[in-house]
Amino acid sequence: MESNELNSPNYEIPPELQAQVAITSLDKIYNWGRSASVWPLMFGLACCAIEMICAAASRYDIARFGMEIMRPSPRQSDLMIVSGTVTKKMIPIIVRLYNQMPEPKYVLAMGACASGGGPFKEGYNVVSGVDKFIPVDVYIPGCPPTPQALLNGLMKIQEKIKSEPIKTARWYQKGPDMAEIPVPMLGPDLIDPRKITLIHNGEKN
Amino acid sequence: METTAPVQILDLSARFPGVINPDTRAGYSGWIVNSTDLLPFATALRNELDYDYLSSVTAVDYLPEGKMEVVYHVYKTAGGAGVVFKIQVPRVDPIEIPSLVSIYPGAEFQEREAWDLFGIKFTNHPDLRRILMWEGFAGHPMRKDWHEPYFEEDAKPLKSRWPDGKMIMAESKNLYGDNIAYPDGFNPESQTFDPEKALYEALRRYQKDETGLDTDHIIVNMGPQHPSTHGVFRVAVVLDGEKIINMKPVMGYLHRNHEKIGERNTYIMNMPYTDRLDYLAPMSNNFGYALAVEKLMNVKPTERAEYIRVIMAEMTRISNHLFLIGTLLNDLGAYFTPMLYALEERELILDIFEAVAGSRMMCNYFRFGGVARDFPEGTLQKIKDLFFERLPRKIEEIDRFLSENEIIRSRGIGQGVLTAEDAIKYSAAGPLLRASGIPYDVRRAEPYSIYDRFEFDVVVRTNGDIYDRLMVRFDEIRQSIRIIQQAVKQLPEGPVMALKPMYQVRVPPGEAYGRVEGPKGELGFYVISNGKPSPWRYHVRAPSFINLTAFGPMCVGQKVADVVAVLGSIDIVLGEVDR
Repeated sequence: MESNELNSPNYEIPPELQAQVAITSLDKIYNWGRSASVWPLMFGLACCAIEMICAAASRYDIARFGMEIMRPSPRQSDLMIVSGTVTKKMIPIIVRLYNQMPEPKYVLAMGACASGGGPFKEGYNVVSGVDKFIPVDVYIPGCPPTPQALLNGLMKIQEKIKSEPIKTARWYQKGPDMAEIPVPMLGPDLIDPRKITLIHNGEKN
Repeated sequence: METTAPVQILDLSARFPGVINPDTRAGYSGWIVNSTDLLPFATALRNELDYDYLSSVTAVDYLPEGKMEVVYHVYKTAGGAGVVFKIQVPRVDPIEIPSLVSIYPGAEFQEREAWDLFGIKFTNHPDLRRILMWEGFAGHPMRKDWHEPYFEEDAKPLKSRWPDGKMIMAESKNLYGDNIAYPDGFNPESQTFDPEKALYEALRRYQKDETGLDTDHIIVNMGPQHPSTHGVFRVAVVLDGEKIINMKPVMGYLHRNHEKIGERNTYIMNMPYTDRLDYLAPMSNNFGYALAVEKLMNVKPTERAEYIRVIMAEMTRISNHLFLIGTLLNDLGAYFTPMLYALEERELILDIFEAVAGSRMMCNYFRFGGVARDFPEGTLQKIKDLFFERLPRKIEEIDRFLSENEIIRSRGIGQGVLTAEDAIKYSAAGPLLRASGIPYDVRRAEPYSIYDRFEFDVVVRTNGDIYDRLMVRFDEIRQSIRIIQQAVKQLPEGPVMALKPMYQVRVPPGEAYGRVEGPKGELGFYVISNGKPSPWRYHVRAPSFINLTAFGPMCVGQKVADVVAVLGSIDIVLGEVDR
């Protein structure tokens, strides 16, 4: 980043120091660093994963955004790109992976299926969007979204990161927000532990 | 097909009097075998009549007739038309049919699928567990009387959407506001069942060694979140030190219910869904489905459309094989560099797809009777530049970088061997079969479309190891370039659609099995029409799914590090494995 972009405009810097010195807020420099080194989880679900690989290859090259280091381990990654149809059989694993990611973490729902079920929504083994279980930061439309659309989504994530003040950041707070998401179970159908009372009531009806 | 059918009738019914009867339903072909005579019939078919290759096993639920049918397609690896035979049983649980695994081991996964989705018990099956859904799931979802939680109507277009229905979110109609339903009286707290238990029970059988001691054989699980499983695939292996004693693939993590959705859709609505089966080869999937429905409709595509189809299908094959070369080398430890070389060329092919079809990956380009639209201006020149000039040179370049590499040779040669007998036995298809020395290619064995007009060699290698499977891909790319060059030179002018564009097609009752040589192997679509706007049965014979039957036997005796290499050389795409 150019130092004039980084500089907070409220302070005057002597002209001879302007090339070397920038005065800025902690939020800005911290978020600038974070947003330029988002490591996605190497995690492909379906068709969209192929476009994700294309985005990582030389033509589209997400390395330009500091995102080329895809980590296969959730413990080392900041961003989960949910690239494809989320099935009932897969959702317990996705939730577990999400829980294992360290804060601050972001989720990007890539494509129609991850956003809301897409063309397969009516299927008996398909979850109608990954946001039924884990919080999503950015949705990308398309089936599959082109690599350009994915890049646009990643830039939206960067914008979001840049707008988060440390003081109120969710992951430095204590409270119910930080609780792990309960992992769904597989029974006669998918069982969401958060809905158990609802399931009991449904049975009475 | 028409010329060989009468000969078959004479042959088979004379050979098996009283055992089989011709299927006389209008539009149907093949034989109906008595359930009790299935095993002797299949044994004789394989041993005496040389129908050694079981292509497809699937079930059909004839709910109105109260029957359940299992349909088998068998072929000769020497080539030629196949034999279709069926078994009919009353639709009363328990539905039991003898398993064919002892005769055709390639039936193993397909029979498990029929058990999972239709609830047909195959007696004497070595490991009859659910395969796509999890153990403990309520019901057998492909049965016609089983309805998914978002069920509205049996067939589309749904009245709630058309012609002037107000769009209502499916969630709002469901009791739980989600895509879930439970059996009556279900108590979630009583849920103690472990869906994983059956898998590990199946593996534990191999854990004891011959001495009867419970030794240090351990079970290791890999996937479904793993960078080299090419998606959400999972394997569980039993290890003795580093040696693999046994292994079971676990799939279904991307089971998106193609077939159930396909049976609600109208015929033309299924075309874009086929793109999403094998998402690295959308055009070949279109091709197979179009062939099957055209067979039913008795429509022939126009001459120009045939050529365009062949050009597109071969381009898909090249782009698929390029991707395979990249990922396989990635799995072998070369990391992303070969991938970058391969993807550079693949992008150029995708550009052509985008120009003709409007989408890079999900082309939805074929229609019944032709293709959706003609080449836009300048595309033909682009194709010529790519396939006459650039690609032949680039393939040689990638080949030069890779095939003599010491690491690839030592990790590939003699590893993960699949012998010719085993390849046929396990119904392996495509490059997997040809790398084992069987020159079987549907384009030659039973030519479809206009493949009989082109000169090309059926690529074959003899060792059946990882290295040969990689080399077969290189050779196939060269042959595909040859076909495209011929097709571009011969491309005639004319219309690209034989029919008027329409929203709905009329399909007379009957059955059809359209098969093409996809990049992964024989891709078949089995479609049954009852004259209604949507198919009664829509089944995909997915090559990557059936090729996985041979995955276990290929890995046994190998070191654990070779699992990813063997898997990479099979070339699976999870969209097609799980459908």
